[in-house]
Amino acid sequence: MDMLSYLADGFAVSLSPLNLAVVLVGVTAGLFIGAMPGLGSVNGVAILLPMTFIVPPESAIIFLAAVYYGAMYGGAISSILLGIPGASTAVATTFDGRPMAQKGEAGLALIAAAVASFVGGTISVVLFTILAAPLAEFALAFGPPEEFALVLLAFTTFVGLGGDDVVKTMMMILFGLALSTVGLDMISGNPRLVFFDLPGFYSGISFLILAIGVYGVGEVLWTIEETRGSPKVMNARIGFRDLVDGVKKLGRTVRTMTMGSVLGFFVGVLPAAGATPAALMAYGLARSGSKNPENFGKGEVEGVVAPEAANNAASTGSLLPMLTLGIPGSPTTALLLGGMVMWGLTPGPMLFIEQPGFVWGLISSLYTANVFAVIVNIALIPLFVWALRMPFPVLTAVVLTLCVVGGYAPNARMHDVWMIVLFGFGAFVLRKTNYPMAPLVLALVLGPLMEQSLRQSLISSQGDMTTFFTRPISGTLMAISVILFALPIIKRLRSAGALKPAQ
Amino acid sequence: MRIAELATALVLMGLSVWFMVLATALPIGWVPEAGPGGGAFPFWLSAGMFVCAALILWRETRVAPRFKRVAIFIHPAASGQMAVAAGGLVAMVALLPLVGAYIAIPAFMIGYLKVIGKTGWVTPILLSVGTVLFMFFFFEVSLKILLPKGWTEPWFYPLYAMFF
Repeated sequence: MDMLSYLADGFAVSLSPLNLAVVLVGVTAGLFIGAMPGLGSVNGVAILLPMTFIVPPESAIIFLAAVYYGAMYGGAISSILLGIPGASTAVATTFDGRPMAQKGEAGLALIAAAVASFVGGTISVVLFTILAAPLAEFALAFGPPEEFALVLLAFTTFVGLGGDDVVKTMMMILFGLALSTVGLDMISGNPRLVFFDLPGFYSGISFLILAIGVYGVGEVLWTIEETRGSPKVMNARIGFRDLVDGVKKLGRTVRTMTMGSVLGFFVGVLPAAGATPAALMAYGLARSGSKNPENFGKGEVEGVVAPEAANNAASTGSLLPMLTLGIPGSPTTALLLGGMVMWGLTPGPMLFIEQPGFVWGLISSLYTANVFAVIVNIALIPLFVWALRMPFPVLTAVVLTLCVVGGYAPNARMHDVWMIVLFGFGAFVLRKTNYPMAPLVLALVLGPLMEQSLRQSLISSQGDMTTFFTRPISGTLMAISVILFALPIIKRLRSAGALKPAQ
Repeated sequence: MRIAELATALVLMGLSVWFMVLATALPIGWVPEAGPGGGAFPFWLSAGMFVCAALILWRETRVAPRFKRVAIFIHPAASGQMAVAAGGLVAMVALLPLVGAYIAIPAFMIGYLKVIGKTGWVTPILLSVGTVLFMFFFFEVSLKILLPKGWTEPWFYPLYAMFF
């Protein structure tokens, strides 16, 4: 019952006129950003974060969460109409969404994506509400060794489950952690890793600067290269009758949507897994459980609803460890975490005790964001079709300008703007050579917590490393980390063993 | 593509060595009464980076070029657009402290849209004017964040008097 009263208090915060307006603007901006080819929730949050200084911290985070939500809805729009996923999270939506559009069913595909996103969002927010408080209460028992073990676990999930090249993933984690140490040493206060003795490095490398570089400039260059700068748009018109017909046709997909939502939520909770694998897994499950698996890939509506329900549910799921444990489950939640820290709100179990109004306000805002997103999404489909016809160079010029101005605004330093350019170019080269970017951003955000917890643990144990293994919670987390770290090696050995008889 | 892979691994190796050298400015071992030295965390992370980069380099050199997937680093159809985007961005940032945001940014937008977008004058001019108005009223008037003006600073004195 406590939970319901907290949630009711939360609604009192999220339904205030300012926060309602913030959610509406956030989901609409998110929908547009998500609908743009190559741009997704992480790009939206990175580019718009500096714009949120105009509202109080609580409203700023609610706004960014709404952008996140809206972008998850919007990703399907470009997947269906352009055949280019708005972000990697909407890749699975192109498999059947694009063939549906080519068959003249773009309207139905868009309605299916919006309704499935709504169902995924709703189920996952309910799961989030139920699980958030108990998880935060459990996390109150965490000391520095547990915090270190938890951060290590987040990184080993990238190695074990991330699906990218293991050595390159480790490289990016270490690179991000090393970048997080730039500036003043947190204990002695002495400067370290101050490149060329430039004063700009004394205050460290902001996660925001790296994120704008990687997900703003880097993404623009990447999209130009991938699309050769000329995406093609399919048409879609939706009237009220199409909407009613569409919703009726979706009746038979309720089971698929529910399965995608629950699966998506729990996959989203895992760091490194997130919305993209959740959507792909839900698509695979929907196909294997379908009576007509041969229709998948040719314009099957279930092939649209499964990944869309899953990717929205996963986005909510990834907020759970961020808010309750202070460990982000995805690059977007890493940015949200960074934003919260910037505004003096430290995510983790203590936030539930110290700032219950904010926490439950944010949770309840997810409900309102979900409702607004589905309404705005369906109502503005003609506008999205028009916006996608916008010449691609216009979008490129606007995003690059926002990156420069948004990067300059927080500290008014040209140093930051040059760093954005450098990170953007570097990210393009690294992505082209298959280095994953998400671990880099996550490591930069989690680096200070990792170093602080490591040093505190070692100081209190007089340098005894077994402290991480002898305490029950940290020991369990360390054991899981070891298993996850060994997973790729085991997989490799098993596949080598399987190959031997054939050779 | 293989050359890019090798070059990237080499650059990362170089970076990690540089990081290690810089980290040694602070103690990298155990400091009595104070625990791990301030340079320990960055030093050992950079050492890990070096090992990973060396592994990547070793892996790449083991595979003969003819077995590598044939891929090009930047598609020729996109190289022109990318060069203009990257070059335009660098030029815009370099000009910011000299001529200010209100000249550098519209110049970038107009130049970029004329060269890449091959549009007429209406779209770039409307977009530039809209961006300039947004920048001024959102950042300067609402957020009180002054954008770089360079030598155009005196032009803004009447506006400052009006809005601040």
